[in-house]
Amino acid sequence: MRPVRTAFAGALLGVLALAGCGQSSTTASPSAAPATAAPATAAGFPVTVEAGNGSVVLTQKPGRIVSLSPTATESLFAIGAGPQVVAVDDQSDYPAEAPKSDLSGFKPNVEAILARKPDLIVLANDLDDVVSELKKVGVPVLLEPAATKLDEAYDQIADLGAATGNKAKADEVVAGMRKQMEELAAAAPKDNKLTYYHELDVTPYAATSGTFIGQIYGLFGLTNIADKAPDAAGGYPKLSAEFVAQADPDLVFLADTKCCAQSRDTIAKRPGWSKLSAVKNDQVIALDDAVASRWGPRVVDLAKQVGDAVRKAVAG
Amino acid sequence: MLAGLLAGAADIGPGRVVLQLLDWLPFVSVDSGLTPVEQGLLFELRLPRVLLAAIVGGLLAIAGAGYQGVFRNPLADPYLLGAAAGAGLTTTVAIVFMKGDNQALLVPAAAFAGAVGGVLLAYALGNVAGRGGGTATLVLAGVAVSSFLTAIQTFLQQLKVEELQRVYAWILGDVGGGWTQIALVAPYAVVSVAIMMLHGRLLDVLSVGDDEAVSLGLDATRVRLVVLFAASLATAAAVAVSGLIGFVGIVVPHVVRRLAGGSYRVVLPLSLIGGAAFLVLADLIARTVLAPAELPIGVVTAFVGAPFFVAVLRVTKRVET
Repeated sequence: MRPVRTAFAGALLGVLALAGCGQSSTTASPSAAPATAAPATAAGFPVTVEAGNGSVVLTQKPGRIVSLSPTATESLFAIGAGPQVVAVDDQSDYPAEAPKSDLSGFKPNVEAILARKPDLIVLANDLDDVVSELKKVGVPVLLEPAATKLDEAYDQIADLGAATGNKAKADEVVAGMRKQMEELAAAAPKDNKLTYYHELDVTPYAATSGTFIGQIYGLFGLTNIADKAPDAAGGYPKLSAEFVAQADPDLVFLADTKCCAQSRDTIAKRPGWSKLSAVKNDQVIALDDAVASRWGPRVVDLAKQVGDAVRKAVAG
Repeated sequence: MLAGLLAGAADIGPGRVVLQLLDWLPFVSVDSGLTPVEQGLLFELRLPRVLLAAIVGGLLAIAGAGYQGVFRNPLADPYLLGAAAGAGLTTTVAIVFMKGDNQALLVPAAAFAGAVGGVLLAYALGNVAGRGGGTATLVLAGVAVSSFLTAIQTFLQQLKVEELQRVYAWILGDVGGGWTQIALVAPYAVVSVAIMMLHGRLLDVLSVGDDEAVSLGLDATRVRLVVLFAASLATAAAVAVSGLIGFVGIVVPHVVRRLAGGSYRVVLPLSLIGGAAFLVLADLIARTVLAPAELPIGVVTAFVGAPFFVAVLRVTKRVET
């Protein structure tokens, strides 16, 4: 349960942002564009952006962005659009200065969204036909669904850059990400023959190589034990605990450390898992659930963690 | 049972499993050729899973038979009086609001309390609503309580949509859990089954009608209460360790009745065995169809159970229940 304190603080932040108390939030990037109170028709507008909901035309630079996607929130702040963001959904917990509100990305409430007077809305999924409802009101909506490939993740960051008038900075962020990902992958010991298991939830749900996260592992030449599951089980199969125990992966990555308080100790207590080599050799890597489930700029951090684990496993 | 042990996602030859089982028997020593990891797997994962499936299946089926006897209604099932809705609500609360590493024990405790609480609430309501209204009032109270509790559960779920998947997975049922779950469920299982077995004959008397029962010197209300209590305890115990597995409680007693006649002295023990066999089989299918991925067992019970039930009904058309 989220402590009431943070909920209150989030609401307060949202209220402050609404009341225009001008949070002097400094974005992560030093070269952040200065906040524009009244969006002038900056150079480059109108622009057309190809998003998940087709071509979206923005006539002027948005100054009141509402982001209902934690990934989009991270990207917006990374590309210097932070000052243009007036509200983000209740799951957008990064970066800390994002104006978290009680808006929900899971149960989007059109009226609550419009109460923020947005001139751009970014969503990751179109639940309850929210996109078409918002369209009726005439506010530009960008649907940026979960990426299935790294390139899609890069594209989305570039899209957000174009849509918010931060194209140069966005391209810089993407180029930096590409470079870092390539360097990390190149530095990984080749032909390591290591197997891994990526856990999403204690049931245990896993992710296969075909998923976005699976492709990140793929950069490091790792073999995914979940790939033995038939296609009918989908990209996120519920594996049998027996199978994981017998496959005995070299590396175990836990993406359920926050939601479900999992760790090397807790998985060692599961029936039949105490003898896993990953547990014995201390190769259980605790990921941050949020970093491991988003497709924004922090995939680089995730890749670093994977790279370090691979190096350690090869050395050990 | 044996089939359940022999097959699974991990690739251990059936022959070697048999040898290993023999090896575990006292005074027998056979080299099964299993590695320590495989032995551990068999003992820590597969054996308890098969046992748990058997226990849960047996409990649900006998509870269903008990409920059908008490209500003299073929459509009664163990979840009729709010056990499922109560357990669903408390489990949702436990999953959504009580984060921590003790969830492994918290969830069964919450489910058990909720199942018992749901039934008690329905019973209290039924009593308030209609003194002596008999079973019909109680059933209606159960429906009301179930709807009410489910509404609260749904409300909580949509507040915390991000936890939806975990709650949903629990509802669909799971009989994996290891020896701890078996230890949790065993005492309640023994007590509730014993009580119901002792009351089989009395349920037979009840089935002819309350007036006849009274003329035979039987306290109909008391018998109903005792059986209801035992059946609810069995249901709560099953739900606590496995979630809401449907279909077993309603179908198995009918199949047994069709095949072995309607006397509760026979139906109760056979339901126990039949339910156990049915759920072991369902779990076997859940574990192997998509191996190494798994299907939730609740999906399998309905998918396999429904056609099977229809087949039994067709074959035994002549037999009047």
